Order: sequence, then structure tokens, then C-alpha cells
Amino acid sequence: MLKIKNLQANIEDKEILKGINLEINPGEVHAIMGPNGSGKSTLSSVIAGKEEYTMTGGEILFEGEDLSELDPEERAHKGIFLSFQYPVEIPGVSVTNFMKASLNAHRKAQGLEDMPAKDMLKMIRDKSELLEIDRKFLSRSLNQGFSGGEKKRNEIFQMAMLNPKLAILDETDSGLDIDALKVVANGVNKLRSEDNAVLLITHYQRLLDYIVPDFVHVMVDGKIVKSGNKELAYELEERGYDWVKQEKSV
Amino acid sequence: MAYTEDDLKKELETKEYEYGFYTDLKSETFPIGLNEDIVRAISKKKEEPEWMTNWRLEAFRIWQTMTEPEWANVHYTKPDFQAISYYSAPQTVDPNKTLDDVDPDLLAMYKKLGISVDEQKKMNNVAMDIVVDSVSVATTFKKTLGEKGIIFMSISDAIKEHPELVRKYLGTVVPQKDNFYAALNSAVFSDGSFCYIPKGVKCPMELSTYFRINQANTGQFERTLLVADEGSYVSYLEGCTAPSRDENQLHAAVVELIALDDAEIKYSTVQNWFPGNKEGKGGVYNFVTKRGICEKNAKISWTQVETGSAVTWKYPSCILKGDNSIGEFYSIAVTNNFQQADTGTKMIHLGKNTKSTIISKGISAGKSQNSYRGLVQINSRADNARNFSQCDSLLMGNDCGAHTFPYIEVKNKTAQVEHEATTSKIGEDQIFYCNQRGISTEKAIALIVNGFSKEVLNNLPMEFAVEAQKLLEISLEGSVG
Repeated sequence: MLKIKNLQANIEDKEILKGINLEINPGEVHAIMGPNGSGKSTLSSVIAGKEEYTMTGGEILFEGEDLSELDPEERAHKGIFLSFQYPVEIPGVSVTNFMKASLNAHRKAQGLEDMPAKDMLKMIRDKSELLEIDRKFLSRSLNQGFSGGEKKRNEIFQMAMLNPKLAILDETDSGLDIDALKVVANGVNKLRSEDNAVLLITHYQRLLDYIVPDFVHVMVDGKIVKSGNKELAYELEERGYDWVKQEKSV
Repeated sequence: MAYTEDDLKKELETKEYEYGFYTDLKSETFPIGLNEDIVRAISKKKEEPEWMTNWRLEAFRIWQTMTEPEWANVHYTKPDFQAISYYSAPQTVDPNKTLDDVDPDLLAMYKKLGISVDEQKKMNNVAMDIVVDSVSVATTFKKTLGEKGIIFMSISDAIKEHPELVRKYLGTVVPQKDNFYAALNSAVFSDGSFCYIPKGVKCPMELSTYFRINQANTGQFERTLLVADEGSYVSYLEGCTAPSRDENQLHAAVVELIALDDAEIKYSTVQNWFPGNKEGKGGVYNFVTKRGICEKNAKISWTQVETGSAVTWKYPSCILKGDNSIGEFYSIAVTNNFQQADTGTKMIHLGKNTKSTIISKGISAGKSQNSYRGLVQINSRADNARNFSQCDSLLMGNDCGAHTFPYIEVKNKTAQVEHEATTSKIGEDQIFYCNQRGISTEKAIALIVNGFSKEVLNNLPMEFAVEAQKLLEISLEGSVG
């Protein structure tokens, strides 16, 4: 599904990604772990197509297609979803209204008519029940005055509505207490299927207790330095990132 | 009519000013220039009584002693008042003014404007007075309104048919000497609308006036006078367009609202005069005086969406004279390219327990300058007066400006005055977030702007709100990129 080969990327001439290789197949859950500043969030932004980053080498293929020439919205239409670490606020635009614009934009890209209001309401009802979201929440301005947990839950709600092929969850666990974390993880697990894939970006192992990855990659200084199964996450938790760094330097 | 994505798409494809066509109507236009003879000629042409002619002449004499104000935060070449024609009437207007008699060219023009008069009559429950250049062409729904005792007609007709009402109220809220442009308007106003709602009557439909400047080198000076008698209610809409022209056209209107005891007036404007082209050439100078007076327990609510005009200079205001009266001002002012707007309101609290609310949303893009200027004045006898003001500015790009000039004068210790102001910029992060959710940049801006303007849009009648949202999108096209 996603093939990243020797990806290099800069921001303002500063090299952040220094040759990333990663392959994700449908049905898989991958986790990328690493210390602060290792380039984890940059990787997610580059996959999603954020303009500030310049790809300087390598390639990103999504279902065989080169992503580098596509606008962020085109990548979204292809089925790439990014759950933001810091979701933005849009005052005066309700969650429902925003979702309507988003869903219809996706449909338009597929040559479909706008979703009839009735269907949209039903879908919103179903997905909000699935994720245990209070309906009142949906009429509030997008992310304005939301708690950390509400913001992240809202991201997962949008993911449920858009049903992406590849969901990238960027530090979805940061700022969440254990109850909120469980709710969010539970939501993600309900949305997993044979056909879609999840890329988790996280600093801590605790999220991986709830969303169990098939593969764990450790990223240090713009490179994936170690890959393994979920046991690797426990090892990291116990021994810290210094252990990988030392191993790398040896 | 349902507003669909396709409609939006069509709108977005139309990059030029939409209403920039010119209908070739035979017009009777006065020679350019202004003097007492011209003022007399306008009055004679309109078959006005002597008191009206004298009122105009008085205004003209005052105007001659005045100088054009310069305090607003706008820069433009001052109009040459001797180079303007002060009267232009489509020649084919039938004095009896039934719709059947209206020039087919005119009707076709309304169609182009998207205001089929027939449709308006049948579908929208909107009674409409259309002022093209200077003469009011068709007043629909006259009969239906007549049954309720509501008078809604051109001001020229009202001067003839209801002189006692016009004479009693004209100039009572905006006197001839009020300001330079109000004085000019008082001398040369050619037409406009008059509306009277009798005691205790709730007007059953939205009343609407559509203004359009068609002829080149003409000024448009309408005069609107709206009187809501005790305990009555009316909602009034005003829409404006002008064709694209290289030269600047002058629009100097006066609107006077009178809300007697317990009456309520809701006055909404969607202003879309030609803003000039991308290089800042042409466009309408919109210098308007709008003011209302509230007697006891009365309420006046101004709502405006200003997207057009090269230079806008206007402050719809409320004089809260009666105890417990309420004034409201909801405004969205959009400026793009080289547009300049200096707009806001004045809330003059005279009575006890008077309340006012000001919500102003300024959106600046391109190289435009957008200023809010507002005065909240609490007079010594206005015990327990309250005001809440909120002025929000949204900037797009790095070359535009947003300015806020709030003036607060409080002479009574029991007053409560609150002022909030914010300035924000549409952020790259907001756009990227929308993009990531599949929403294009143009659409993302529309979404953010609509969200920003929501409190004001919510105050517009439904049909107008949809129109206004479309206008906002069109006005801001291509402003981020």
C-alpha cells in the first residue's frame, strides 16, 4: 500500500529525514517510535504533503502511485488520513459542518454527488455512537475550547467518517489521560480491517498496549535504525532510546 | 432555491465581477454640473410641491458652505461635483408603473441580476422597490401591503401622495446640515423608497429595495425613509449592484429610520457595488449616511454585508432616545485588491436602560485597507445603559491592513460598556488541516470566512444569508495562494 524508499526531506534547508525506508501493507499496524526531534512528525507531514517540507530525495508510493506531485487534498482523496498531534481550531464552523465539507469534497473527487443530508445524518449518528461521542459535541465549533481528549477523539471521529485506507496517527496519545486513551484506542481498533492500515507515531509504549502493532520501528536522527515486532516496544520502554543509539553507534 | 455545491462551483468559476454588464436603455440625463437651477429642475421634473423644492434649496445652500470631510482612513481622488449628472431616468418608465408596462429591457436586466420580479412576487414573499439609476421602476406587492395600511412606494410618489408623512419625518434623523454628503443628498436626491407601517401592524413580508447604477457619469443619491409607528414591526432588505466601469461612480445615499414607541425595525443590506478592478481602477465611491431613532421600548437592528465599492464610508447608527430602547449593529465588511472601507456605527444612548450591541467582522485581503470606526456615547441621563462591542478582524496575506478606532464617551456612572477586539490571520496550519481532510484551499478559505462571519450571517433573513455567503466567497477569490 505505502512504499517509502530512501526518503529525504528538509525544512528551511535543514535536513530532517535522512533516508527512510518503510513498507506498509493492507491490514497492518505499524508503530514508529523514537525520541523527540528524531523526525517522526516530519515523516507524517511529508506523507500528507505539507508544503513547508521539501522532499530532496527518494520516493513515496501509495498504491503504486508517486505522491510527490500531488496536493495534500489529492492525497487525502486517495485515502490518506492524518490524525494531527495539534488539531487546529476553526471558530464558527461546527464539527458537523466541517465533516460535511470534507466528506463531500472526497465524494466529488470520486465523481459522486453530495451525500444526501439524510444519509449524512445517519452516518454521523452511527459513527458517533461507535466512538461514544456525545451528539452535542458535534455542533460545537471545530476544536474550539476542546479538551485534549476531545480533540483527539474528534480526530478519530473524522477518521471513522472518512474511512481512509491509511490512517497516520501522530502522537494521538499525547495529552491524554488513561481513560481518554482507552476510548481513542478502542475507536481505532473498531475501525481496523483487512483493507486498511494504520501508522502510529508515538513517543511512549503505553498506546501500544491498546493498539497492538504488527511492526515497531525505531527512528533516531532522521533514520529508522531498528525494526521488530511489538516486543521491541517493551524493550525500548525498559532500556530507553539510548540503548538503540548506542547499538547504532557500535 | 436550494444552494448546491454545483452552484458554488459555478460561482467560483466566475472570477470577474458578475454584475458588470450594461443595459442599453434610453435615458433622459440632465447635463452635468450642479447649481440652484439643477436642484430646481430635479424638483420640477419630479413634480414636487413647493415645500419640497425649498427644502432641497436650503440643503444646497448649506452644502455650498461645507467642505468634504477628510478624517476617514481612506484615500481617493475627490469627486468633481461639477462633472456629475444629477439626474438620469430610464425614459421608458410608465408613470402608472404596473409591471406589464415595464420596459422588457429592464425586466431582462432584472433577470440578469437574478431578481426576476415575477418570481419575487410569486415565490419569495418579498415586496420590492427597484431603483435603477435614479427612478424607482416597479413597486410590487403594493396592493397586498395596502390592505394592512402599509405604505411602501418610491419616495417621489410618497411626496405627492403622502406629503404630510414625508414632511413630518424627512430630515428629522439626518438633518440637511448633518454632513457634507447628507447635505448633497438632501439637495439632489432623485429617488428612493418610503415605507410607513401603521400602529400595531406586523409587516407580513420582507420589504426590499434593489439599487443599481446603470448610466455612466451619474451619481446615485437615494433617500430612504422608513417609519414604524407604535408597536409595529418591519424587516427591510436592501441590495446594490453597479456595472464595471473604469471611472469612479458616486453613490451618496441617506437612510432614515424612525421607530416609534414599542416598534421594531430590522434593516439588512447586502452591498455589492463594483469594487474596481484588480489594479484598483474604477469602482463606486459609497458615501452613505444611515441613522435610526428609537423611541420608548423600540428596537433598531442594522445588519450589513459589505463586499463591494472602491471606497466605503458609512456608519449605520442608532439614537437610543426612548427609555429601554435597543440598538444593534451586525456588520461584515470585506475588502480585497485595492478596496478601502471605513465603516462602523454610532450608538447614542440618551434614554434610561438603553442597550446596544455591536458585532463587527472585518475581512481584509489583497492590498486593501479595512477600518472599523465606532462611537459608543452614554449621555448623563442614560442611567443603566449597557453596550457590548466586539470587533474582529481577519487578515489574508501580508499586504492588507485592518484598523480599529473605537471611541467611547461615558457621562453616566451607572453605564456598563464592554469592548472586545481580536485580530487573526488565516493560518497555513488551518489551510493544511482542511486540505488534509480533502478540502481545497479556496473552499477552505470560504469555510473559515463563513465561520468567522457566522454571528452576523445568522442575523440576515434566509435568502439573503445564502446570497451573502456566495458574495463573500466571490469577493475573496484568489486572495490566498
